[in-house]
Amino acid sequence: MEVLLQTLIAGLLLGGLYALIGLGMTLIMGVMKIINLAHGELMMVGMYVAYVLFSAFHIDPYLSIIVVAPLLFLLGIVFQKYLINPVLRVEAILPENQVILTVGIGMVLANVATIIFSSNYQSTPVSYATTAWYLTDFWKGAPLELSLSLPWSVSFVFAIFITTGLWFFLSKTDTGKSIRATAQDYDAALLMGVNVKKMRVVTFGLGSALVGSAGCLFIPIYYLYPDLGGQFTLIAFVITILGGLGSTIGAIIGGIILGVFESLTATYLGMGWAPVGRFAIFILALIFIPGGIVSLFKKRRLAR
Amino acid sequence: MNKYSPFLLLGLLALLPFVGLSSYMMHILILFLMWSVIGIAWNLLSGYCGQVSFGHAAFFGIGAYTAGIFYAKVGISAWWGMPLSIIASTIAALVIGYICLRLRGPFFALATLAMGMILKVIAENLTDFTGGDIGIMLQQRTWVDKTGYYYIILAIAAISFFVVKKIVESKLGYYFVAIREDQDAAESLGINTTLYKTIALCISAVITGIAGAFYMNYMGYIDPKVVFALHDISIITIMVVMVGGVATYWGPVVGSLIMVMLAELIRSIPKLGEAHHTFFGVLLILIIIFMPNGIVGDFRKFAKFFGVRRAQR
Repeated sequence: MEVLLQTLIAGLLLGGLYALIGLGMTLIMGVMKIINLAHGELMMVGMYVAYVLFSAFHIDPYLSIIVVAPLLFLLGIVFQKYLINPVLRVEAILPENQVILTVGIGMVLANVATIIFSSNYQSTPVSYATTAWYLTDFWKGAPLELSLSLPWSVSFVFAIFITTGLWFFLSKTDTGKSIRATAQDYDAALLMGVNVKKMRVVTFGLGSALVGSAGCLFIPIYYLYPDLGGQFTLIAFVITILGGLGSTIGAIIGGIILGVFESLTATYLGMGWAPVGRFAIFILALIFIPGGIVSLFKKRRLAR
Repeated sequence: MNKYSPFLLLGLLALLPFVGLSSYMMHILILFLMWSVIGIAWNLLSGYCGQVSFGHAAFFGIGAYTAGIFYAKVGISAWWGMPLSIIASTIAALVIGYICLRLRGPFFALATLAMGMILKVIAENLTDFTGGDIGIMLQQRTWVDKTGYYYIILAIAAISFFVVKKIVESKLGYYFVAIREDQDAAESLGINTTLYKTIALCISAVITGIAGAFYMNYMGYIDPKVVFALHDISIITIMVVMVGGVATYWGPVVGSLIMVMLAELIRSIPKLGEAHHTFFGVLLILIIIFMPNGIVGDFRKFAKFFGVRRAQR
């Protein structure tokens, strides 16, 4: 029971971070209709920037979001404007060219990181890395012993803040509304006077900034190495499939489900199998709910 | 390309070992042929049928592991892996196809990528069966000399080239292209798209699997990180065809020649060796932006770029 509860807590905290990664991808997928396979690599870039800021200037990884988010926003804009947009215009046999292009971008990013930082595992040894709260400290006669790690909780809270901020941006501001309009119907948005080209660029930047900040939140609790990107690209993709393509709420729910499920497999089957759990959920989602979790809600509404 | 040029090239390649090439040159030729085989397989599924796969390492690895596991656990020669891998890859293709082929376009691509990763993780974790990260090693390779391997892979390459050519020129091939161009239209014309996509996947998987079984025999060592590698197998497969030319007969062959030579060239320059992914990535980006149909597909553009004027068609 204790182990189960502890696992669920860990999974929930992990899921909050996963949701942030998935959100960036789902935004890009919704607006651009392409899959950004360099997503995890962008996160890796964010993590290395945070790492450099920490080791050179002793800037706390959480503070470095202020630097990393705008930086990755710019990086995303550059990729979108100068690499992906030209390809959207090119006539080719395979429509998946943009996807293959993002693979190329990811490869270059990972390799450049290897050359600069070597492929060793690195981490930011923050002073509070192992601090944790225990249930018995607050409640003497507690029947269970549960603990809550400080950096995990802080990262989770930050993730919630960023997600809420994004929600406000998308639903309350003009730019946010235009982005949603572009995602819903490109042509209609164009006819309504939305600058869809600009929206695409902004969305790509926004998605990169989101995943970059997720990187900053991950770095106090995770180690980093140049090839970690591919793993997180897949996680983001699994989340978007699980949640429903292009759906922001789906991405949040999907992220949390994935986090919990992964931490359950890690506890009960062993660490090495955690990725298999991730993919098992992915395959199950593909077979049984191809429209994602969001489609379940929609169906129910129709049935009523 | 006239009708006889494939035979001419085959004859030329068959005579090549008699020139007395060094062992290293033979190794490069074998790699070139092996990548041609994988490229030809990928081209059938992705180039002609339009189902871009990012996980061909899955089938490559299954082929290699079929040979390896039967060698290590049953004790038969690893060469049996070739016929056995046909069965194994077909089963894998049917399973993967059942799950992934319901997705379209980029989503199919990513689902296959995930499949490749799943198999890698499984191979890493089923230590009793696959040896885990330690991998499987042949006690002794069949030949020390490379000529034998060369003729075997040459035969595989020639057979796959002609099989794929025959398929593409048959009715099946037209179905594939119809599916690639517009799946809904193909469906409405009465083509059972799921069936034909599965057929394309199976043929492609079997050819890739045989190449994988050959790899096991030739290299004498496999581990999950090598045969299920995303960048070094799946992505290079895509690059081989993209560079050479998607949906052309000669694209995979030309692409494989260029990629193998380029890889060896970059590796031989000391400081640049570790940056070879950057080179490949930049090359991929350039190819996609400027020559989306590859060297064979965009030959005119390519020739014009170098100021060569083609006489006539």
